[in-house]
Amino acid sequence: MNRIDQRFTELKSQGRKALIPYITAGDPAPAHTVGFMHALVEAGADIIELGVPFSDPMADGPVIQKACERALKNGTTLAHLFDMVREFRQADATTPVVLMGYLNPVERIGYEAFADKAQEAGVDGVLTVDMPPEEADEFGPILKERGLASIFLVAPTTSNTRAATICAHGEGYLYYVSLKGVTGAATLNAADVAKRLAPLRDITSLPLCVGFGIRDGATAAEVAKVADGVIVGSALVNRIAENADTPETIPGQLTAVLAEMRHAMDALSS
Amino acid sequence: MPDARGHFGPYGGRFVSETLSFALEELEKTYQSLRDDPDFQAEFDYDLAHYVGRPSPLYHAERWSRVLGGAQIWLKREDLNHTGAHKVNNTIGQALLAKKSGKPRVIAETGAGQHGVATATVAARLGLECDVYMGAADVERQKLNVYRMHLLGARVIPVESGTRTLKDAMNEALRDWVTNVDDTFYIIGTVAGPHPYPLLVRDFNAVVGREARKQSLEQIGRLPDALIACVGGGSNAMGLFYPFVEDDEVAMYGVEAGGDGVETGRHAAPLSSNAPRGVLHGNRTYLMSDESGQVSDTHSISAGLDYPGVGPEHALWKDVGRVHYVSANDDKVLEAFRELTHMEGIMPALESAHALAHAKVLAPSMRPDQHLVVNLSGRGDKDIMTVAKLDGVEF
Repeated sequence: MNRIDQRFTELKSQGRKALIPYITAGDPAPAHTVGFMHALVEAGADIIELGVPFSDPMADGPVIQKACERALKNGTTLAHLFDMVREFRQADATTPVVLMGYLNPVERIGYEAFADKAQEAGVDGVLTVDMPPEEADEFGPILKERGLASIFLVAPTTSNTRAATICAHGEGYLYYVSLKGVTGAATLNAADVAKRLAPLRDITSLPLCVGFGIRDGATAAEVAKVADGVIVGSALVNRIAENADTPETIPGQLTAVLAEMRHAMDALSS
Repeated sequence: MPDARGHFGPYGGRFVSETLSFALEELEKTYQSLRDDPDFQAEFDYDLAHYVGRPSPLYHAERWSRVLGGAQIWLKREDLNHTGAHKVNNTIGQALLAKKSGKPRVIAETGAGQHGVATATVAARLGLECDVYMGAADVERQKLNVYRMHLLGARVIPVESGTRTLKDAMNEALRDWVTNVDDTFYIIGTVAGPHPYPLLVRDFNAVVGREARKQSLEQIGRLPDALIACVGGGSNAMGLFYPFVEDDEVAMYGVEAGGDGVETGRHAAPLSSNAPRGVLHGNRTYLMSDESGQVSDTHSISAGLDYPGVGPEHALWKDVGRVHYVSANDDKVLEAFRELTHMEGIMPALESAHALAHAKVLAPSMRPDQHLVVNLSGRGDKDIMTVAKLDGVEF
């Protein structure tokens, strides 16, 4: 069983919701990322989304865009990313890792080579922001053969027909984008999210995780009431940005943000 | 025609974040319902005739042809269009689509500012709110067009990220569109982007080639031997070439921005420098990127061609060999700019001067009874500051 499915099975039996932090790999420099990943797990992360830095992150707001710029300026490559996951796996064999990014870096090294390297490094899932299921005919099966989950986005603008197609292709979990807009945009409306998640429950058994607009314990808890998981990115990446000159202080900062969310979410189930 | 999902062979498609899928499906439906609608076409044709000033002439550059000592050079005068470039054909078309879609706001990306000006113009005419994204480097080198857009009532938003040029402006426009997708129509300026944009921008610009074909038959007495057009994203070349695609006897040349020379790496010539395939801005195409798939910095004297990718149908035409893609370096472009200005009294846009630079190469290798049509895609007024700076002239 894929580590992602395993993790959701465990969480379900415990009556808990998944906390899924996102950081951009190599931000502020490649040497720090593995340490950050371990800190996130200690603070209560269930799954880690590791961003693949890209020169043109069109679906992201300025916070993650600048994280990509820092990572690339400091020489982060896809090869580094696989090394990071490999190193992370030496001390952590259970926390699922999802690579999240854009298609061009994958196209450049080739679908097969990318999937081979990801599997070998210990990656569990892949979310390609600009690859909808209609364009995944070739890549999808290649990931599946290697036991890597294809994770897809559903947006507030997604029609029910399209949502059904996306669910049919999706594995691991469904990433529900809570807002129209880019990452790090305005605060989400939990009631709207609940309204949108309900029909998705009827068409899929995939865990529904919600991202975009989650910034603190209160918003995380609101969302955790209706979703199976909470994804938090810009709130963490902001802390990395603010402390990029003193990277040794960053793990403590990340832990503080995440622990507050973990606490607020777990308070729901207790 | 592309396939049902917008693929031209292995190129094209719809590679966007999920939030935009709905908007693109909606646009596709709107366009499909209007594409063959005689009323829509009549409205489009009326605007092209009475607002844009079409047909644009096919002008025989006799003096320049004589000096070059080869083929007869004809210029398709898109520079005479309202707003000064071919860009207005497409913005008229998309503005009609925006109107039919009931969206009160339009956005655009622009490099040299020609597409931005054309969009601001149609927005002014239809009373639409208009925001134009422009790389900060281009805002600096195209001050005249920035001011023109302000006068037209548009807001110009400088983009500081990345290379501060056209590709970054397009990223930012896509971010805006994702956020404001309910009330905003994105007028893309070239034959790239997610399906159906490459198709509809081609359709709106194909008027250039249809006219050139008819005018050639009338004025030359037959089809020309060759066509030349500059290629950034490739919209003016697409417009000229498309109606001639089945005419095998007509050779076609797409001229990319060679910058300092393709061998130096400082250029914007994905096709003629054999860039790898990639995915950017919603479509698969040839794309300048490094081994990690990071999009490369580009360089061109002309802001309008300073783009690392190219429209997907051009990528297919390269593969099947229908169009020859070559490049012209900045110095040769300036030479052609000066030569046409001196010899014909026509000041071309620096984009169009790329096509002229290749005409200078090609014409002398042809006979005087052969004919060459060059797309003069825009006029050079906007580039006067750039050229003046090189001449050391200050205003």
